[in-house]
This record gives sequence, C-alpha cells and structure tokens, in this order.
Amino acid sequence: MTYLRPEFRHPQLPVNELGYSRKDYEGALSTLCAGCGHDSISAAVVQSMFEMSIEPHRVAKLSGIGCSSKTPTYFLGKSHGFNSVHGRMPSVVTGANMANRDLIYLGVSGDGDTASIGMGQFAHAVRRNLNMVYIVMNNGCYGLTKGQDSATADVGSCSKKGEPNKFEAIDLAGVALELGATFVARSFSGDKDQLVPLIKAAVSHRGFAFIDVISPCVTFNNNPGSTKGYEFVRDHLEATGTVDFVPMREEITACYPNQTSEEVTLHDGSVVHLCKMDDKLNVRSRNSAVERMKNYKDRGRILTGLLYMDPDSQDLHDSIDSSKKPLRQLGEKELCPGVAVLQNINDSLR
Amino acid sequence: MSGIPARTPVVNDLVVKFANVNGTGSASANNLFAKALFRMGLSVSPKNIFPSNIQGLPTWYEVRVNDQGYLARREGVDIMVSVNPQSMAKDVREVKPGGYFIYDNSKPLDLRLMRDDIDFIGLPLTRICLEEYKDARQRQLFKNVIYVGAMAALINMDFSVLTDLIADQFKGKEKLIAPNVHALELGFQYAKRNFTCPLHVTVESRPMGDYILVEGNDACGLGAVYGGATMAGWYPITPSTSVVEAFEKYCKRMRIDPGTGKKNFAIVQAEDELAAMGMVIGANWNGARAFTATSGPGISLMSEFLGLAYFAEIPAVLIDVQRAGPSTGMPTRTQQSDVLACAYASHGDTKHVLVFPSTPKECFDMTAQSFDLAEQLQTPIIMLTDLDLGMNDNMSEPFEWDENRTYQRGKVFNAEQLESMSERFGRYLDVDGDGIPYRTYPGTHPTKGAFFTRGTSRDEYAVYTEDGEEYVANMERLLKKFETAKSYVPAPVITRANAKANAPVGILHFGTSMHATLEAVDLLAGEGIAADTCRIRAFPFADEIVDFINSHEQVFVVEQNRDAQMRTLLVNECDLDPRRLNKVLNYNGMPITARFVADAVSAVVNKSSGSQRKKAAAAKA
Repeated sequence: MTYLRPEFRHPQLPVNELGYSRKDYEGALSTLCAGCGHDSISAAVVQSMFEMSIEPHRVAKLSGIGCSSKTPTYFLGKSHGFNSVHGRMPSVVTGANMANRDLIYLGVSGDGDTASIGMGQFAHAVRRNLNMVYIVMNNGCYGLTKGQDSATADVGSCSKKGEPNKFEAIDLAGVALELGATFVARSFSGDKDQLVPLIKAAVSHRGFAFIDVISPCVTFNNNPGSTKGYEFVRDHLEATGTVDFVPMREEITACYPNQTSEEVTLHDGSVVHLCKMDDKLNVRSRNSAVERMKNYKDRGRILTGLLYMDPDSQDLHDSIDSSKKPLRQLGEKELCPGVAVLQNINDSLR
Repeated sequence: MSGIPARTPVVNDLVVKFANVNGTGSASANNLFAKALFRMGLSVSPKNIFPSNIQGLPTWYEVRVNDQGYLARREGVDIMVSVNPQSMAKDVREVKPGGYFIYDNSKPLDLRLMRDDIDFIGLPLTRICLEEYKDARQRQLFKNVIYVGAMAALINMDFSVLTDLIADQFKGKEKLIAPNVHALELGFQYAKRNFTCPLHVTVESRPMGDYILVEGNDACGLGAVYGGATMAGWYPITPSTSVVEAFEKYCKRMRIDPGTGKKNFAIVQAEDELAAMGMVIGANWNGARAFTATSGPGISLMSEFLGLAYFAEIPAVLIDVQRAGPSTGMPTRTQQSDVLACAYASHGDTKHVLVFPSTPKECFDMTAQSFDLAEQLQTPIIMLTDLDLGMNDNMSEPFEWDENRTYQRGKVFNAEQLESMSERFGRYLDVDGDGIPYRTYPGTHPTKGAFFTRGTSRDEYAVYTEDGEEYVANMERLLKKFETAKSYVPAPVITRANAKANAPVGILHFGTSMHATLEAVDLLAGEGIAADTCRIRAFPFADEIVDFINSHEQVFVVEQNRDAQMRTLLVNECDLDPRRLNKVLNYNGMPITARFVADAVSAVVNKSSGSQRKKAAAAKA
C-alpha cells in the first residue's frame, strides 16, 4: 500500500469554482506498491480535474486489466468506473461514448493492456478519433504477473531478472501519430508540472487525446539496465517545452523569455500555450512530431511533452452525424416509429 | 421406351429449383417468381442455396409451393430450371422421376446426362437474348426474366401477377418496366408456342391470407428500431450481416431527427467481434439500448465479453444468426449448432438467457422484447436465429405493435431517487428478493450512486473483494435472477393432437425446426401416430417444458446439429434422464424437412411398439 491517508481533512481546504475540495476528486486508497509511478499519475488526474472544476460525476473512467487499470479506483471516487477486460477498454469506451456524448471519457491502460493484447482496439479507437483521453501508464513490464517484459520494453533493456529484451519496442506515441491521433503527448510520472497541463489539454481536446506516461515499476523494472526506471528516465528526458493549459476566458500569463512559444486554441475556447525548448517542433504538424521523436530517439533521448495536436479535429460523433442530444436520453417518442408506419412496412412486404 | 411414370395432374404442390451462376442477377428474377406465387395466395418457402463466393460459382434457389400452409423444405424437385452448365450433371440427378428438366438448348445437351424418367425441355435462352439484346449485361440479366416467363406458361401462373410485381419493383424507374415485361413475354410466348402448356404440375390462385414475405434478418433489424436500440456495434459475418444493414436501412428512413437532420442512432463497424460486443456493453452500461448481430465464429470471440456482462450484470442484446459447423464450417449453410456455446458462453460458472424465434414476426417481436429483457434482467439476451430464417424470404404473419407500449427499462435509480435515499447505494444488493439489483447510469447524480463496474469479484456495494462467502452469495443471487428470468421470457408453444388427453408421442422443437415438425405431425397422423409438440422459445426453460416431457411416453427433440445440443441442455438444466429424450438430428446444412422428422419419429415408435408386440406375444406363449 502506498500510504495511509487520514480520513480527517482540514475544514478550510481550498475549494474550486464549484465549491469542491480536492478530496471530492480522490478515490479509494491505492493498493499498488509503495513508490509506484502510477500513483503519481492518479494524483495528477485528481489535480487536473480539481483545478479544471469538472463535476466528478461528469467523468466516466474506464480501464482494462493490469496494475495501471486498477488506478481508476484510486481517483474520482464520485465518478462511475468500469474495470473491463484485458485490452478491451477502447471498445467499451466507444460504446459508452456513443450512448452519451456529454460525459468526459477517461481511459486508463498499461503497456501490456495497450501495446500487446489491446493493440487492435487501441488502433481502431485512434483511427475513429473517439472523443476520449487515453492515458497509458507505461512501465515496460507486466507487474501483476511478476515482471515479464512488455512490448514497449526497449531492445537491450534489462528487467529485474537481468535478461536483456531481444525484441523491438513498440512506441505507442509513434503508433498513435501514425494512425491519426489528433492529440499526442508523452510524459513522465515523476514530472507532475508537465503532466497536469497535458491532462487538462487532453480533456479539453475534442477527439482522441493520447498521453503515453512513462511510469517506472519500482518492483520489477527500476533496476540498473532498465530504460524505464526512475534514474534512467530522469537522466534521458528532454521536454518539448513547458506546457501551460489556460482555461477558457482566462488571460495567458505564462511567459518565458528567449524561447519560441506556440499557442493552440481548443474548440471550447481554452488555450494550450507551449514555450518551446525545441524550436524545430511544430505541434500542429504530424510530420514534425514524427521527425523530432526519431531525432531524439536516435540520440538515446526521450522526448516528452506535447508532441502534436489538431484542435479542429472531427470526433466520431461528428463523422457519423449522430444526434447532439445524447442517444441515451431519447425515448419512445423519438425512437419508436409507431403502428401506422409498421402497417406501411407490412404492406410493402406483400 | 419412355421410363416416365404415369402422371396425374397435381395442383399447388410442387418444388421448383433454379440452378444459376453466382453473380449473374438471377436472384431478383427468382424472387420475382416466388413472390408471384405468394401473391397468388399460395404457401411458398424459397430457399437460397448459395456458395461462400462473390461471383462464378453454382448457386440454387428452391421454391416449394403448396396451399396447405406448409413452409418447411420438401425433398424432391419437380421442375429444375438449369441455367448453369457447371452443375448440370448434379441438377439432372436431383429431379424426381416424372419431373422436368428445363435447360438452355442454345447449345446441345450432353447426351450422357439424359434420363428417360424425366422430360427435358429446351429453352433457347442464350439465342433469344442474342437476338433481342445488344448489350452484354442485358443479355445476361434478361435471360433470367425469360425463364420466369416460360415458367409462368408451363405451370399456369397468373401472368398479370408477374407484370404487377414488375411494376411495383421498378416504381420510380419506370423505364425499366417495359423491357422486363417484354422479357417475361418472350419466355411465356416461346413456351406456349413450343410446348404443351401447362405441364401436369400447375398452380392455381387461392384467396390471399394476411401474410408478409420477408427475411428474418430484416425483421430483426426492424425489431431493433421499434425496440428502441440506438447503438449497434458490429462486425460483418455471413449470415448475420443483413441484420445490421436492415437496422441501418430502417433507421435512415425513420430515425432522422426532423428538426436537426441528425441521426438518432449510431452504428459503428468494429474491428472484430470482440470490439463489437465491447461497444454494445459500453453503450448499455451507459444507458442506451445497444445490440450486435453475429454468427458462430463471432460467438467464440464475444464469449469473453459475454462473461463480463453476465458477471457485472450489464444488459446486452446479441442476435446470433447461426450457420453450419465448427470453425469456419459451411458459412452459407444453416444449422442450430450454437445452442450450448451461447447458453454457457465464457469461462467460469456462466449462463445466458436465450430466445428462439421461428418466424420473421417472432424475429421482430423477440428482438424488440430482448431490449426489455436485457434491461429488466441486467444480463445479455442472446437471440438464436439461423441462416434459413435470417437470409431466406419467409412467409409470416404481419408485424404488430401496440401503440401504448412503453420500453421496460428495468431497475434504474434516477437523480431524484438517489437524492432522497438516506442509505448507501448498493449496486448488487438484492433489494426486492428477485435477484435483480438496482443500477445507475454514469453521470446521474453529483454525489450519490456512482459505483465501480468490474469483472472481478466484489461485494454488494461493488467494492473489490476476494472473500469466498461474498463470492458465493453473489453467484447464488445470479442463479436466483436466472430463475426469475423464467417468468419474463417467451413461454413455450404447445400443440396437442387431442385437446383432452396427451398423445403418446411428444416432440420438442425450436426455431426453424418448427415448420418441419408441425408438418411431420400431420404426416405421422397419416401413419396412425398421434403426436403433441412443444416449441421451446427460451432458456431458462419454463416449467411447462419439463411437464410436457414428463407427461409423454415417448419424447423427441428435433434439432439441426450433430450433438443434440438442446437435448443436452434440457438434460443438464432440468435434471432429466437422457434416455427419455430421443434425438432427431439433421445437420447437413440444408433446412430440415418434415419427411425427415416423421421418419425419425416413426422409426422409434414402430420399433418400440414392435418390441412391445413381441413381448406381449412372448408373454402369451
């Protein structure tokens, strides 16, 4: 268990615009290993939703199977959750989203859940531009079954067992870009300052927002020789820049001298402000993102931060031209054509 | 010397079979033929016998016609219309003695095919088309219409019915009416001029009953519209594809919002059947009525999600249009061989509610009802139809709907109910003692009613637990819910030979085995064997089914699979002595016939009465 949380909270905890305190966005106590990167990501989700003043029950949190997929229990306790089957979260979110387009869909998955057993569903949710946030808690190994390499483990990376991985790694951010994801970011569980604005931007984005979060497994993959351990990742990180998420109608105040900056306005009017450290990256260009990621990879570096976004994207509801009113709110009046129509159909079949 | 048996005129009792090449436009001409007979007030049961192929392979269309209401397939072809040289040898063999073989004599017939017990009728289809039409496509298409015209003369069909149908068919494309009617006349006149018309088998109009002619899959799609489905996740697979296509067709006509022009439905073609089922579960979890349609191979893939939906208690509607065989099997042939795979789909202790329609009307009714059942029982409802019902035009009673009917959405707490609740919401609490708990939709209330849906074991408040007693209590409640389901699902339909007493023979059947079974009862009566029937329409089995079995001396279960799956399910679930249930199994992929059922039943009855006679004789001696 990560930590023991006191039930008692200070009565004057700060509240957000809705009057909710951070506690209203927390979930049950985590049962993951102490120091697990996933818990930091859960905390970043809590912080993002709290700061964005999102009503907790307007979020639906869904996951597959694995350590990462357990985390929805540990955040947003007032939201409906769905811990589905291994690798199949994307299809469940697809159906849920079709039923009610008004909720925020937060999908949580792991590298096994997405890059192996769930690769097909992941790919197709991306290409349909399903309106959801998809976070992969990526530790390069299978935790619950005790440390086998996953498909995102780098070639030559050693897990705790010491055997170097022989197979090429699947770079999920690269795959998402290739398949047409309209928002792609990469982050590190230990970098909350970067992760929180990315999650906020992903929530505001209309379409498939993918965040690959490197999240070290303290028990099975945090050893020398692992390329997904805390030490290695901290030493090899390079950020695309500093990301600020500015909610709708708020003035952009972030300012970093001597750096190129780029602003992207989202469909809800909020703005993503990127102070770039790498001025060769153009976050509105898919090709630029692919090129920069490769460039860093070739140099043994991990590029994190916002990689690509298309703020004008059409989500699945737009593509199929479905009702603006959530389908689940339609009743007999809208749905059942009635007796007279049926009589005509009968007549046409005679 | 002719070997043709003596012929006496036969009215309204024949089987006509068309042997065509796949992809040559024969289907619409053959449909025209069948529909004309339907409009003449006759009972028709067309069967499309097609290959798993797009173009070029043999395909057949078989139409049985009678005026006694029999809709099962019948063995023995009276008239074969052969337009496909590839299958000619086989087609000649299939004609029953005294029958007719109609062929395209533009080329000479292979003399080795000749039989002396049937008549060969040569129609110069290719030659007529070469003379009449310039365009190659027209030459091919009208060939089909010409043989329908010739058939009209040969069996004395009402020609105006055909021309009326053509007019209906091409409403909006009037230019096409005249050439089609002309083609019909070419065939009709040729036959009149060259042969003695009509043949000894003819048809005669009867008053038209209140029936429709429609594919079961079309009825399922329409039932989903009326039943309030708003979402379909699906993956194409024969023979279920046309279910979702029909849903889309009707939705486009009847589900476009008049104000906004937007669609009051969402159809997502999934990447595979796993995802199709996942979408259906996600949508139902979120409060929409969603369904999918598939066939056997899809059931295998969907099993994982079916287990989740059973255990986490999520509504779902699944239409399984069964095809033949394990693995890919015979994808374009019919069977009832997914009974066990559906009843117990997925690992662990799992069982599912099944419904079995027999007619398009029942496809419509049961599809619509399945959405109520799924939400009332909070579990997947699997409707088992098959290729024969789904993809063939079936005569059926017309569709009906009660204008005052409302959707039964089951036990769902809304925001007001949650607001007024003082106790903690327990998703899996058996509040009413019927095993069915209450659920909430995501996003209902800011602080109350949220819960975590999971495939792991949990307590009554949906909190993860590995406590054995909690697990057992939950599984027992699921059994109780399954017992409750008996009172919700469609009841069996029982027919009795004698209203006052049970016949010695009882025949259980379901789905598309109905037509053959009911006709077999008449055949058996002719042999002096009285039989009652019980049509199973749902699983879990109603108590009446067990009573029916217990109250008949000799019991038969008719089904279209090798392993007697329904019988196994009955034995297993009702704790029956397997020796009480005789198997009647047809599983060659062709729809079961009445003769097959009657012969199987009478063989057992006669054998046992024979041995009883022997015993009695031995006792006397």
